[in-house]
Amino acid sequence: MSCHETQELIHGYVDGELDLVRNLEMERHLRECPACAGVHDTFRALRSATSNGSLYFQAPTRLEQRVRKTLQQTAGLERRMHPIPIYRWATIAAVLVLSIATTWRFAVRREQPAAAELLAQEVVASHVRSLMASHLTDVPSSDRHTVKPWFNGKLDFSPTVEDFASRGFNLLGGRLDYLNNRAVAALVYRRRQHLLNVLIWPSREQSDEAMQSMERQGYHLVHWRKSHMTVWVVSDLNPQELGQFAELLQRGQ
Amino acid sequence: MPDQAELARFEQAVLPHLNAAYNLARWLTGNEHDAEDIVQESYLRALKFFAGFRGENSRPWLLAIVRNTCYTWRQRNRVSELSTELDEEIHGIDSGSASPETILLASAQGEAVQRALEQLPVEYREAVVLREMEGMSYREIADVAGIPVGTVMSRLARARGRLQQLLRSERPREATA
Repeated sequence: MSCHETQELIHGYVDGELDLVRNLEMERHLRECPACAGVHDTFRALRSATSNGSLYFQAPTRLEQRVRKTLQQTAGLERRMHPIPIYRWATIAAVLVLSIATTWRFAVRREQPAAAELLAQEVVASHVRSLMASHLTDVPSSDRHTVKPWFNGKLDFSPTVEDFASRGFNLLGGRLDYLNNRAVAALVYRRRQHLLNVLIWPSREQSDEAMQSMERQGYHLVHWRKSHMTVWVVSDLNPQELGQFAELLQRGQ
Repeated sequence: MPDQAELARFEQAVLPHLNAAYNLARWLTGNEHDAEDIVQESYLRALKFFAGFRGENSRPWLLAIVRNTCYTWRQRNRVSELSTELDEEIHGIDSGSASPETILLASAQGEAVQRALEQLPVEYREAVVLREMEGMSYREIADVAGIPVGTVMSRLARARGRLQQLLRSERPREATA
């Protein structure tokens, strides 16, 4: 990365808005270039001077009372202007009962596939989120002996962390994520330009479950359950290579 | 149309952002009196639109309303300071020098920073307020201000360049005072 590019992207970097690759390039450049590092220090200092809270105007307490009162008056006034007649209430109640009943039936009947689908959607969302924000990793490291201990104390289980760099899948780091109503471990790997997210959490099910693959929104997903651990892998990588990676991962565990 | 239940839901979702609303209005109007009026008006407008609000994060949504109310107020009151110098191009940003002096200046005390921030064009000022005081992401700022994400970065870049200049020129004045 040149000094010129650095100057253009420095604010994105200071604000933590760059993607992982450019973030790493930026870090490298700042280590090597004292001039750009100085500019970086200045903007960081400026940030802390404007964000330390001393410039924040707190709303006076009377304002909250005033706003509440106006809202109350507005709501009360409009209610008086549009009273809902009794027969309308009956219609509303009937529609409500009907729709609750219908939803209930559908919910009960479709609970199983809906749960699996929901999970797949959550996995894809987690993957997309990790690519969008500059929050791909909490612990960026290619060393599994750094990544694994990082999870200690943050999760109630310890995920297996392996590097498959020799097979072309480079470990980039780990992060905490929230899926399926619980905190899960996310491991990030890279294959050429493709990023892979591996999401791991302990399962309540006793039995193992064979590998299954699917495609959602253009992303490929593979998931399985082994030794009481649920594993989901998601990436835009082609299904063949993703399958190879899943095999490696499963054998490793 | 809002009934009491709707109002309760609204209050629960939106009233916690009263400080954020006031802070933004205060920075965009420059005085407490108008800021309070604007916050009150914004909450009324928000209540009206609340039925159509589907998001989960009501803060950017509310702040967008506050911002628009502020801009309407500014137009009505003919506050037309320096929107002219706005140049959204990212090129030619003053990236500043890196001397220890500027670093010292940048960490200048509250009052000097406040004066400098008040002198910024309103579009730059709002970017700084949303980013530094509300800790919003570029995406959220873009939503509030109704501009592309790239523009958020260039506005912040220009705002910081300008702040740095202002703080640098502030220094001698303080020294002689």
